[in-house]
Amino acid sequence: MRAVRLPVVTAAATVAALTALTACTTKSGAESGDHVIQVTASDDACKVSKKEFPAGHIELAIENKGSKVTEVYVLFPDDRIVAERENIGPGTKQRITAEVKAGDYRIACKPGMKGDGIRQEVKATGGTVAKRDPKLDRAVADYRRYAQEQADETLPRVKTFVEAIKAGDLEAAKKAYAISRLGWERTEPVAESFGDIDPKVDVRADGLEDGQKWTGWHRLEKALWADKKIGAEEKTLADQLLTDLEDWQKRVGTAEITPTSMANGAKELLDEVATGKVTGEEDRYAHTDLVDFKGNVEGAQKAYELLKPVAQKNDPALAQELDKQFAALEKLLDTYRTDKTSYDFVSYDKVGKDKRKELSDAVNALAEPLSKLAAAVVK
Amino acid sequence: MTDRTTDPTAAETGSRAPSRRALIGWGGAGLALGAAAAGGAVAMARTGEDVDPAGAATGGAVGFHGAHQAGIATDVQDRLHFAAFDVKTDDRAEFVRLLKDWTAAARRMTAGLEVGEGAHGGLAEAPPDDTGEALGLKPSRLTLTIGFGPSLFEKFGLEDRRPVALSELPQFPGDNLDRSRTGGDLCVQACADDPQVAVHAIRNLARIGFGKVAIRWSQLGFGKTSSTTPDAQTPRNLFGFKDGTRNIAGTETARLKKFVWVGDGDGPDWMTGGSYLVARRIRMNIETWDRTSLQEQEDVFGRDKGEGAPVGRAKEHDAPFLKAMKPDSHVRLAHPDANDGITILRRGYSFTDGTDGLGRLDAGLFFLAYQRDIRKGFIPLQRRLAASDALNEYIQHVGSAVFAIPPGVRDKDDWWGRTLLTEEA
Repeated sequence: MRAVRLPVVTAAATVAALTALTACTTKSGAESGDHVIQVTASDDACKVSKKEFPAGHIELAIENKGSKVTEVYVLFPDDRIVAERENIGPGTKQRITAEVKAGDYRIACKPGMKGDGIRQEVKATGGTVAKRDPKLDRAVADYRRYAQEQADETLPRVKTFVEAIKAGDLEAAKKAYAISRLGWERTEPVAESFGDIDPKVDVRADGLEDGQKWTGWHRLEKALWADKKIGAEEKTLADQLLTDLEDWQKRVGTAEITPTSMANGAKELLDEVATGKVTGEEDRYAHTDLVDFKGNVEGAQKAYELLKPVAQKNDPALAQELDKQFAALEKLLDTYRTDKTSYDFVSYDKVGKDKRKELSDAVNALAEPLSKLAAAVVK
Repeated sequence: MTDRTTDPTAAETGSRAPSRRALIGWGGAGLALGAAAAGGAVAMARTGEDVDPAGAATGGAVGFHGAHQAGIATDVQDRLHFAAFDVKTDDRAEFVRLLKDWTAAARRMTAGLEVGEGAHGGLAEAPPDDTGEALGLKPSRLTLTIGFGPSLFEKFGLEDRRPVALSELPQFPGDNLDRSRTGGDLCVQACADDPQVAVHAIRNLARIGFGKVAIRWSQLGFGKTSSTTPDAQTPRNLFGFKDGTRNIAGTETARLKKFVWVGDGDGPDWMTGGSYLVARRIRMNIETWDRTSLQEQEDVFGRDKGEGAPVGRAKEHDAPFLKAMKPDSHVRLAHPDANDGITILRRGYSFTDGTDGLGRLDAGLFFLAYQRDIRKGFIPLQRRLAASDALNEYIQHVGSAVFAIPPGVRDKDDWWGRTLLTEEA
């Protein structure tokens, strides 16, 4: 894992609503007018000055009269984010601008920046009705299912890994390690969106914060490969890993997923490869980096394949380039395994400097166009 | 020859939107007038093709279009980011598309404008087209110069277009070349007075190139070690000696034509107006040099350290009496008079990449030399130097590459490499 980020929940999604308008022609100082909605947030209320307003450009004039830091969202009825502003301190004022088509929305304040928040139903009227692209809805639903499947399939593999450790069977544990991570690696951005799980299961020694106990896969990896021993501590940590991943399995279905968060999540999976796997830092004791690498690429490809019907229509050249680069990277990865149906890859410490550069070049070649997928989806 | 100072690109594009170029316009005018008043005689004397005295004083833009690429005879800027690329695609049309995209980006960046749709204000969910670290900076006389390496001609059916003057270098005695700092299918030389502007340019070109080309190696340089403006103070290399006293000036049209620019009939037509570049990363043994007596240092170069005067003479620009120098002195061996008049245009930069694992300064000279024919320029000179130059005790060549530098981009419809990659040249 990298430094914890929450890209999936914060990415603003949208078909109807787009940018925070910086070049808006309306007087931004105006406190009234049809498009301005006063939002008064407190620790237990979220008052809005009007519940109906004309579609088009809207402006939320927010005042936090509570004692906690809050955040304010404009949401679609299904919780997709239209616009948001975080970190609104007690006693401060903030403004959010957004453009909305006619339809139902929610304005939510989250005192303490936790939980579902306090919601108000509002309605934008007139103009055209916001239509959601059913293709994108399907993509999100399918991706949600995929994330859940990955978690479901991961748990038995983790159990095998954990049982080997608890039996003190070093070789069996080593064998089960890399494959137990596959489902996690495929859906890492979703998994990382639960900020509390990732630091427990996938942190590396150098990612620890002061006072944080090192737990999870990489701690066990070090025991198996570097220390070459399994003690009581490792057995406890193995149980802990299973518990934490069960938590992930339960919660993964509730992740906020949007078409743009899927697209940017795919790119982030490649970032994971570029920063951790290509350098050999991720599995520095086991050298199974190529298995994680493959998992990241597969997860990115899944998100892309689901979004492709829309991306292809909006930006055919981009889709063509992505098809080509995914295929090229897959072909290159295939040269590192003898059996294309298994996940046995060459140990990464056997991959020389030139070969690592070749892998890095292929990752860049894919990640750069992939960073444009979100734009193609919301176009 | 085109007068680059009248090139309209920068002014036209600059007036469209607030930009680095436009901002310069405001502050630049007064400074330019000041420069003209103070240095009128100098400005009047400069009629070379891409010399822009006002621009030099204000960090203005160097015209991108012309018969020759900018960045060769152009007054040497203070900073360098040089990058060698490998081509990753085998699709000729895709490669051509990249060169056109690169040209468009280079045209904008050298004019002080952002790449594509800019660095901010676009779609919130997507990364901006421009990386943004040059926002608010002056154009800083950025020049971008492209070159094609010998290995490129093995691709895209270009074998029969390879110029013989683009000769691979022989193994010179003492060379210790690091493969990861050697060769390349393409190069881009970015020179600017502000290092951030040069780095920004290479970074954005690399980004546009992902999937089609990949950076093989790159080198940052500072403190130009040769100048193309002899009336300015001659710069010094990291050994503390003035370097490039007799270099070709950007204004010396006749010498440029004779030694630097590829002429009609020199080779394939597509190269006419171009040049050939030799790039060498020369590591200096700084610590041992600094322990060397002044006499030995001056003997090694054949010039005195303070004034830069040749042995037995008083002033830097006094004609050297080569026989007065030690037979193995650098200047004696390298001087045109000792080499049947062989002359190259040098544009090298000092570099230091911090320290090596032994605590020694990882520093030296990133040598860049332009010539009309490598076989008649760098190779015979370096053969002589490699065999007997006293300086060899203190230096080692550790990286190397050669490139064919195509002619300039003529106008806004033209693109880098057009003469090579289209049949009509």
